[in-house]
Amino acid sequence: MKTQPSSLFQATLVKEALRSSFIKLNPVTLFRNPVMFTVALGTVVMLVVSLYSLTRHDQGTFGYNFLVFWVLFFTLLFANFAEAIAEARGKAQADSLRKTREETPAKLVQTSDEIQLVSSAQLKKGDVFICEAGDTIPSDGEIIEGLATIDESAITGESAPVIREAGGDKSSVTGGTKVLSDKIKVIVTTQPGESFLDKMIALVEGASRQKSPNEIALTILLASFTLIFVIVCVSLKPFADYAHTPITIAAFISLFVCLIPTTIGGLLSAIGIAGMDRALRANVITKSGKAVETAGDIDVLLLDKTGTITIGNRKATNFYPTQGVAPERFVQAMLLSSLADETPEGKSIIELAQSQGLSIPKLPVGVEWIKFTAETRSSGVNMPNGLRVRKGAVDAMRQMSVKAGFVFPEDMTQYATNIASNGGTPLIVTENEVVLGIIELQDIIKVGIQERFERLRKMGVKTVMVTGDNPLTAKYIAHKAGVDDFIAEAKPEDKMNYIKAEQANGKLVAMMGDGTNDAPALAQADVGVAMNSGTAAAKEAGNMVDLDNDPTKLIEIVEIGKQLLMTRGTLTTFSIANDVAKYFAIVPALFISSIPGLQGLNIMRLHSPESAILSAVIFNALIIPALIPLALKGVAYKPIGASALLRRNLLVYGLGGILIPFIGIKLLDIVVGMFF
Amino acid sequence: MNTEIAGIAFTYFLTVILAIPLGKYIAKVYAGEKTFLDSVLGPVENLFFRWSGIAYKQEMNWKQHLQALLTINVWWFGWAMFVLMNQGWLPWNPDQNPSMSPDLAFNTAISFLVNCNLQHYSGETGMSYLGQIACLMFLQFVTAGTGMAACAVVFNAMKARTTDKLGNFYNYFVKSCTRILLPLSFVLAIILLWEGTPMNVAGKASITTLQGDTVQVSRGPVAAMVAIKQLGTNGGGFFGVNSAHPLENPSYLSNILECASIVLIPIAMIFALGYYLQRKRLAYIVFGVMTVGFLLFVVPSVYLEMQGNPALTQMGIEQNLGSMEGKETRFGAASSAFWAVATTVTSNGSVNAMHDSLTPLTGMFALLGMMINALYGGVGVGFLNFYVFMIIAVFIAGLMVGRTPEFLGKKIEAREMKIASIIALLHPLLILAGTALASFVYVGHPDLPWLNNPSFHGFSEMLYEYTSSAANNGSGFEGLGDNTPFWNISTGIVLILSRYLPIIGPIAIAGILANKKFVPESAGTLKTDTATFGLMVFAVIFIVAALAFFPALTLGPLAEYFTHK
Repeated sequence: MKTQPSSLFQATLVKEALRSSFIKLNPVTLFRNPVMFTVALGTVVMLVVSLYSLTRHDQGTFGYNFLVFWVLFFTLLFANFAEAIAEARGKAQADSLRKTREETPAKLVQTSDEIQLVSSAQLKKGDVFICEAGDTIPSDGEIIEGLATIDESAITGESAPVIREAGGDKSSVTGGTKVLSDKIKVIVTTQPGESFLDKMIALVEGASRQKSPNEIALTILLASFTLIFVIVCVSLKPFADYAHTPITIAAFISLFVCLIPTTIGGLLSAIGIAGMDRALRANVITKSGKAVETAGDIDVLLLDKTGTITIGNRKATNFYPTQGVAPERFVQAMLLSSLADETPEGKSIIELAQSQGLSIPKLPVGVEWIKFTAETRSSGVNMPNGLRVRKGAVDAMRQMSVKAGFVFPEDMTQYATNIASNGGTPLIVTENEVVLGIIELQDIIKVGIQERFERLRKMGVKTVMVTGDNPLTAKYIAHKAGVDDFIAEAKPEDKMNYIKAEQANGKLVAMMGDGTNDAPALAQADVGVAMNSGTAAAKEAGNMVDLDNDPTKLIEIVEIGKQLLMTRGTLTTFSIANDVAKYFAIVPALFISSIPGLQGLNIMRLHSPESAILSAVIFNALIIPALIPLALKGVAYKPIGASALLRRNLLVYGLGGILIPFIGIKLLDIVVGMFF
Repeated sequence: MNTEIAGIAFTYFLTVILAIPLGKYIAKVYAGEKTFLDSVLGPVENLFFRWSGIAYKQEMNWKQHLQALLTINVWWFGWAMFVLMNQGWLPWNPDQNPSMSPDLAFNTAISFLVNCNLQHYSGETGMSYLGQIACLMFLQFVTAGTGMAACAVVFNAMKARTTDKLGNFYNYFVKSCTRILLPLSFVLAIILLWEGTPMNVAGKASITTLQGDTVQVSRGPVAAMVAIKQLGTNGGGFFGVNSAHPLENPSYLSNILECASIVLIPIAMIFALGYYLQRKRLAYIVFGVMTVGFLLFVVPSVYLEMQGNPALTQMGIEQNLGSMEGKETRFGAASSAFWAVATTVTSNGSVNAMHDSLTPLTGMFALLGMMINALYGGVGVGFLNFYVFMIIAVFIAGLMVGRTPEFLGKKIEAREMKIASIIALLHPLLILAGTALASFVYVGHPDLPWLNNPSFHGFSEMLYEYTSSAANNGSGFEGLGDNTPFWNISTGIVLILSRYLPIIGPIAIAGILANKKFVPESAGTLKTDTATFGLMVFAVIFIVAALAFFPALTLGPLAEYFTHK
């Protein structure tokens, strides 16, 4: 699932795209694109002219006219093909995702709690179904009861099973994934055909695809260029009459088609679809083309520390009992406090304890496990004998201890500061509210993350690390990882406030989140990426869903957005720059027979007027398929600063756009010149 | 160095050196800061505002600005029509020149109202002194002031903040006239007086020549009008032959000053932009792009005119003074070529030589200057045209760096692109449609007495007439029988459309952008004050604006050049 065929043109896709290139000749479809619509009109006119030239000879030979007709027809087909192949690729990608969730039996829970076996297609929003070990989950939904390990490899490609349970931020399940153990009760959250994936497929397919604001603005610009050339070509008729220079209809239409920006006009929608497709290939489902575009504009990136900047989780690396407490006693307490702690941190504490020669004790009946909550910021155990063991954040534990009337040991404050300033996280362990000692958890910063942040900085994106750590630890890690700013001891509303503050300064903010309490911030952010494992509320609030649940994905999304816009810009530049050569090919050809002096303008020394015009239109047609790979793959984004990027792209696509047609038209003329 | 070339180099550098402090001063005027003229002109302006009841401190949004601008223009039109149609019996008419016919008055009023000064009359016989002063000279001041005020609104809107309050139109307008145009005109007129330009209200003087003939020499308040026609990119001369007339432009010194005056304020406005926004680099880039374009026209034009006419060379006629047909010997070929380009890149349109007699390619450069109409350009409006090209360039360049385009911290979206596209479209539309219509009519009626030079040159003449109208330039290729209802009406329509829409468009774009959220720059933002972006604007101007005229130019000057090479 993760490894996609890298070839741009798979045989099956090409076949499908070829078919729909013809279907897209429908004038209603063509009308959506003003540039190509005018080409279509020109093609029709040329067909009429070709037929006319069978009997009369004032418009040139039939062969010449007919050839121009075919070239224009192919120009249209090529443009359609570009859009069709982009659609086909997107659809193929989406289909392979969809395949995982087709027609699976669902154990529907009836009102009277009896279970009925129905097909997944019959599930409606609000229905409740049950999944047991070995079942494939029939639809997207939210767990309302139970806990299960789930194999999500069908969607994410990640083989390690994940735990999903009711009530928390990990309550969401995706259709097509498989329950490995336990039993869950799930409520269906989407109507059939309205899941994110369905929406995505609809976006890729023509009908419901809305043009993004930037695409609309560009279309306006291209339409106005087209209009300018309508004026240029129409006014040329009386000019030529004045100069007693008859111009054939074929020459008029060729000049027109060559001058209007057909290259970008033909590739514009393909570029947009390819952008969404690239996102999908990165396993990100976008809810609109606009979201991808906005991603390219992001100024501020909010990144969760855990999983993004640091490898998964912190590890307990050291412990320091307070003065007067024996290390053995402390290790014992540390082990007890973590026995029920399923988090990787908890497990690492147990590992640390085991390395000190302790084994996991058999526990008496009546043990009460105290779960971590955001309020207490501690967890632990209450033994039947009344012993209360807790571990938690320093300030929370200090409060608890002081409240109970004890003095917080001086050396613990010192240790905590030392640990924090080294980027570690201190955890205090207490027994009956008496501080016993401190555990040092260390973060391990991901390899290569500094380079990525450097890259983002060059793109002009500010990175902000969001962490529950205390400010000292946060600062250390932020500094070490190279992020620009951090939010320490972050509560969900802190994210929201940060986003609002940045937005008030006109910045665009992107963030990733999974929990229900992330939902408001996800909705507030300009680009909110919800993890697929996140709650339905989070997924509803964001405008993208990441199937991999990979927090570093945001960086990729920003680049995809930038690529999309850049591809549009560079191909527009290329298309317009092409006009210079085309003018010099066609304009002398129009007048040369009656004004021989204009041979001086024929700087390419093209063979004959017919050959010059044919070479120009053929070049104009061929450049579209030649650029399809670029349109689909996108122009490579290099974070070298805006000015350097502009210089580079102007050189490649601007100067290249001026020079390439000179060469191409000349080469074509050598061939075409043999016949005309 | 050749003294002729030294002369034009001096003229150009003098202009730029004067334009820098002037730009700083203009920026201060629009920012409402203290200037040295406050004590003299402050009370005068206050008196004026009190009399007219204008609350000049009340801020306007862009729509109110346009409303004020257009309303006041309607009043001026009424006033101009009244004076022109009644000047015969009104005072100050020593030569007994008649009142204008309604259609001529209409044409004249419109053409002066839009800062074009396409003159279908000859000053000596067609205007009274009252008409010259109270109508034409008045309009030369206020229309230049209108353009500058419009530009000031756009400057204000380009500031780094979010607002819909863009200053007061009347305040900008009055100060453009009193603080900038009036003092400069005063100084220039005084120098011209010294050089021998008349300034009186006496009728024709009778002079007996050496041959014993008697000639009637027209006089009048010439110096004052010449000053504002040069400085305000108006171009409408006191006499029929404009600055080729020895009394309008008596000496080489007066020629230098008048020529410098053509581009002085347009260049100063660019520097003013830099000082006003405190974005000097942006101003340098704008200035650089304009200058490169200007030099691309000036250098070959001067060269070609100094080379002489190849047709005459082929006949064995020596032309070591260059092509002197239609030029004044006291100015020479180089200085006339320089003037020809200066007057066409700006929308000035005053002439010191016959443009019909320029060699074909120089004629083409003059045409191109007006077709682009944004290289320095008319006072105020030149920058407005350039602004539209910048918006288009920003849009494409912004995409190329991977962001939705933004200009000076404001996002450019569909609505702004729509307006920019219409304005960019309008200019070629008016020129090409007009010329196409004329060609069509002429082909149908070859007996029409329009063209003294049929063939390619005749086509250039028609093209020039519409280009000059659309650029609000006002110069003529001449040689075209343009005093007919067809030309009066069709150019009149072109004049109105091409004046007001290119003012409305940029103000609307700037106003909409000013109201948008301000986005501070980041490393990923496209910088508009770099040479690379300058190159981008330059490419947009030449590929989009200039190349659209390539087929038309091929049939006119290019065909003429290649055929007679």
